[in-house]
Amino acid sequence: MTQPQEIDVTKPLEREFSKEKYDQLESFINSLETTKGALIEILHKAQDIFGYLSRDVQLFIARKLGIPGAEVHGVVSFYSYFTTKPSGIHTINICMGTACFVRGADKIAERFKERLGIESNETTGDGLFTIKDVRCIGACGLAPVVMVDDKVYGKVKVEDVDDIINTYRRTGGAVCG
Amino acid sequence: MRVKSLAELNKIKQSAISAVRPRLHRDAPTEEKNILVCGGTGCLANNSDKIIQILTALLKTRGMAGQVKVVRTGCFGFCEQGPIVKIEPDNVFYVRVGLKDVKEIVEEHIMKGKRVDRLLYEDPRIKEKVHTQEEMTFYKKQLRVALRNCGLINPEDIYEYIALGGYEALGKALTQMSRDEVIETIKKSGLRGRGGGGFPTGLKWEITKQQEDEVKFIICNADEGDPGAFMDRSILEGDPHSVIEAMAIGAYAIGADKGIVYIRAEYPLAISRLTTAMEQARELGFLGKEIFGTSFNFDIRLKYGAGAFVCGEETALINSCEGKRGEPNYKPPYPAEEGYWGHPTCVNNVETFANIPVIISRGADWFAAMGTEKSKGTKVFALAGKINNVGLVEVPMGITLREIIFDIGGGIPNGKKFKAVQTGGPSGGVITEKDLDTPIDYDNLLEIGSMMGSGGMIVMDEDDNMVNIAKFYLEFTMDEACGRCVPGRIGTKRLFEMLHKITSGQATMADLDALKQLAYMVKDSSLCGLCQTAPNPIISTMKHFWPEYLAFVKDVDHPRGEGRYVPKNKIGLKS
Repeated sequence: MTQPQEIDVTKPLEREFSKEKYDQLESFINSLETTKGALIEILHKAQDIFGYLSRDVQLFIARKLGIPGAEVHGVVSFYSYFTTKPSGIHTINICMGTACFVRGADKIAERFKERLGIESNETTGDGLFTIKDVRCIGACGLAPVVMVDDKVYGKVKVEDVDDIINTYRRTGGAVCG
Repeated sequence: MRVKSLAELNKIKQSAISAVRPRLHRDAPTEEKNILVCGGTGCLANNSDKIIQILTALLKTRGMAGQVKVVRTGCFGFCEQGPIVKIEPDNVFYVRVGLKDVKEIVEEHIMKGKRVDRLLYEDPRIKEKVHTQEEMTFYKKQLRVALRNCGLINPEDIYEYIALGGYEALGKALTQMSRDEVIETIKKSGLRGRGGGGFPTGLKWEITKQQEDEVKFIICNADEGDPGAFMDRSILEGDPHSVIEAMAIGAYAIGADKGIVYIRAEYPLAISRLTTAMEQARELGFLGKEIFGTSFNFDIRLKYGAGAFVCGEETALINSCEGKRGEPNYKPPYPAEEGYWGHPTCVNNVETFANIPVIISRGADWFAAMGTEKSKGTKVFALAGKINNVGLVEVPMGITLREIIFDIGGGIPNGKKFKAVQTGGPSGGVITEKDLDTPIDYDNLLEIGSMMGSGGMIVMDEDDNMVNIAKFYLEFTMDEACGRCVPGRIGTKRLFEMLHKITSGQATMADLDALKQLAYMVKDSSLCGLCQTAPNPIISTMKHFWPEYLAFVKDVDHPRGEGRYVPKNKIGLKS
């Protein structure tokens, strides 16, 4: 097995978004019957479009709905599903549900963090990986579970971590099924 | 085509039955076969979708596609043994089916009628192959009411649901029962809320109905945030129509015409199956205007949660539905009086809803005959952790924990000793060996220091350190506390820090005292159920596993544990 390369962690750059993306969000908001009570729905859509909720996107939504930016940010920061930082090409979700915990998910998480040199909710310098703790993905029969993008790896052992990382390194940006 | 009467529904049912006949009538001689493949999240992660593809392709090339139908069902419950393939009407249950096994199943079983013995489940205790589902110890003691259709029908096909009597209860309620009769039936059945609180469902409906307001709402709480619980997810994935039908019945009873399903965004498969089911229900007229030819109108929309455990609490959930932070409100007023946008709102959990249609069709007495005196019916548990048969089980109330863990669950793996089981998720407590024979119901669990909760059941063996487990839960509640009240915001953080101090070997006896005091303080003074129950794992592990706490403490001044914590500001507290 090849040794994983060292990666230095630098803060990922804020990406600039094209006008098309903002237009897409705007037309979604315009298509709503009412914006009353729709903030969370709009944030879900925005995160779908942009990948994350940057300061600019939050302010755009606030202006569009005529509410203070602080109110938008208050909602964004309350919910763990919303993220204000760009994530890598592949997101490694490590299930931290109780079933996974008692079967050693914490050790798996440690190994991922050690190998990639980042903490939870951080992205590697090359922008390839983001690590996230998820609460429970409801596949407790496979505990401990790691989900990379949409692919679920069940009964993961600490030794498997390198293999999982390398699978995505080799294929680069392509999603491996 | 819209169904306008029970007679029309029955006509559809008769023609739909042929598709599920091999599953229903095992004795009737037929050439047809159904191959049921589990399409729950667990099995899908193990390639069950590819199994379906290969099966379909193989059957086609061999010209058998006409007689043999491949059905992607919901969860069978026996997640540990996935992917599961069941062949009907032969009643053969194959487990851990790999891609390479598919060809053999088709060539041997389907073509030649020979069972593939090596794919059968082997009972680890008697070391023998078990041929049918009914003989497996995992299924023997189960009674499937809420899960009645999971693993039996294709959740994406409304006709399979109708073939098994789907939407008859809605038709019956709308055309033959008054609103009060529906509520009376649910009250008489003794059904209590399966989300954890155990509030009588019929009573909640009655209170909502009594409110004088023209606008009312019914909400399905599908925000399953409890780590280690996946029953709601499996019901939504395996039998979404039962939830839709139940919501319509509930809406009729309380007088609502709009419903909301508040569902976790992290459950994409459940969302997609529910969306499909809602479209089909609209097409056949079970949602929309003038349902069953009556003046009753009802429709449902989805609202996505965004990852906050506290949103399982009904007032927090309603705030989140309104697009706000999911912070709980003081009760009263209860949502039944003043909920979504200030209107009376009835919030029920997925599993509660799944019970409703059968209660209406089969009657309150049938349901009330199951269970214990104060807790009727069955309960679904998600069995996980250090246990042989991880999975979803549904048992009558009143069964003992020992039966669940050792008979259904198959005991502890690797010859280890049972240590404790945590029920009720982070808000519950641990139950030890001495309470294993207590019959499970809402009240008994509270009495032994735990609770029903949504039904997560995590088994721990002798290797698990209980202080670490308590710390794990506290980290969870600390993260998930909404921050609105001080005990919840700061208290849980301090509790976590104290536990961290203990597990890192820095603590003294006075710290243990302080931990206990603060645990009770947070319990007594928090705003909502989340933080009122957050210290439960500490309190119950301290009660049952005190020596494990002591083992972390090396207090030279108080070697026998007499160091008392003296609070700086004295507040009247239990200690």
